Amino acid sequence: MSGFALLVGRDLRIALRRRGDALNVVVFFVVASSLFALGVGPEPKLLAAMGAGVVWVAALLAAMLSLPRMFAADFADGTLEQLLVAPRPLLGVVAAKISSHWLMTGLPLTLIAPLLGLQYHLPASALGTLLVSLVIGTPVLSMLGAAGAALTLGARGGGVLLGLLLLPLYVPVLVFGAGAVIAVQNGLDPGAHLSLLGAFLAVSSVVGPLAAMAALRIALD
Amino acid sequence: MLEAKDLACERGGVRLFTGLGFSVGAGALLRVKGPNGSGKTSLLRTLAGLSRPASGSIRWRDRERGDDFRREMLFIGHAAGLSEDLTVLENLNFALELSGAKRPLEKTKAALELFGLERVARMPARFLSQGQRRRAALARLALSAEVPLWLLDEPFAALDAEALEQLSRLATAHLARGGLVVLTSHQEVAIAAPATETVVLQA
Repeated sequence: MSGFALLVGRDLRIALRRRGDALNVVVFFVVASSLFALGVGPEPKLLAAMGAGVVWVAALLAAMLSLPRMFAADFADGTLEQLLVAPRPLLGVVAAKISSHWLMTGLPLTLIAPLLGLQYHLPASALGTLLVSLVIGTPVLSMLGAAGAALTLGARGGGVLLGLLLLPLYVPVLVFGAGAVIAVQNGLDPGAHLSLLGAFLAVSSVVGPLAAMAALRIALD
Repeated sequence: MLEAKDLACERGGVRLFTGLGFSVGAGALLRVKGPNGSGKTSLLRTLAGLSRPASGSIRWRDRERGDDFRREMLFIGHAAGLSEDLTVLENLNFALELSGAKRPLEKTKAALELFGLERVARMPARFLSQGQRRRAALARLALSAEVPLWLLDEPFAALDAEALEQLSRLATAHLARGGLVVLTSHQEVAIAAPATETVVLQA
């Protein structure tokens, strides 16, 4: 079996045994994005105007919530050490970690997001674009997140540091992800926004894993 | 087979050792000795390729260590490398598959039996005692005959007499078939080896 498949299988098995962790992310996403609707009040126009932004911010924070756990347990119990000395390319290891993170956060968030969009009176076309923008955007969160999680491995107050490190990097994803939905609501073509989001995906799929690999080597030196 | 030349190691800005050199061939047991903090673990992690030496070189089969080296080496460090949520059996299977071994379930069970872990094989690793964790990590050795180089960091720590004997039997057999064992330890555990070398590190 390839190292990638082996690791994703193992991570998903662990996630199944710790269902609470995966559920936390989804519950946080639902609660956080619903709080705004409750706080702002039932004004359909106002809700529709802010819906895309709120759902995207909540998704971004929810994805970040689970990032510290990406490498921490393996680091503490010595598995990460074994992954580095194993006759497997480290890139495969990092790619597997990113994929399992996305499967446990990005994927469920993307699938739930249109439902949450409904409570903001988003029209059907905007809901479709929201889904597409999250399909392109959430992998970026996992890839850059891997680099952040690896860099803050073993650092004191790692969680806060992780936020400070990643939130600025997540800004373009948020701007163009939410921007695509707003464009559709204003009768414009979301193509430009989605293309830029795709460009971020391309760049982060190179930068994220490479930075994570280097950071892991340093953390275990 | 394994050769170190003029090796120096630094941790947190402190020189642990300098000018360390050794050369061991097939069937050799290399014991690394020294007081706490003298750099035994650092030396082993450097040999395994986890840490980079401050200076000096390490060669395996007269070449720089590359991807081939990782296929021919097994490292068991202080941490047992067991995931808390996976069972002992799953952990052992994962470790073996990761190192490229096929998965013979029957043999994995036999290896766990060898270390008296058959009763806890299907228990999540978080319920194990310190000694049992150690045993679970070492059970890999019973199925790693074809991996030539064993790097074992304090393998005897937390083990009882029975497990000690099992481990020394496995190491003796490995050395007899031409394997190489490098271990750090404070305890003198008898291991019969065709050749024994000792590296003593100063504090």
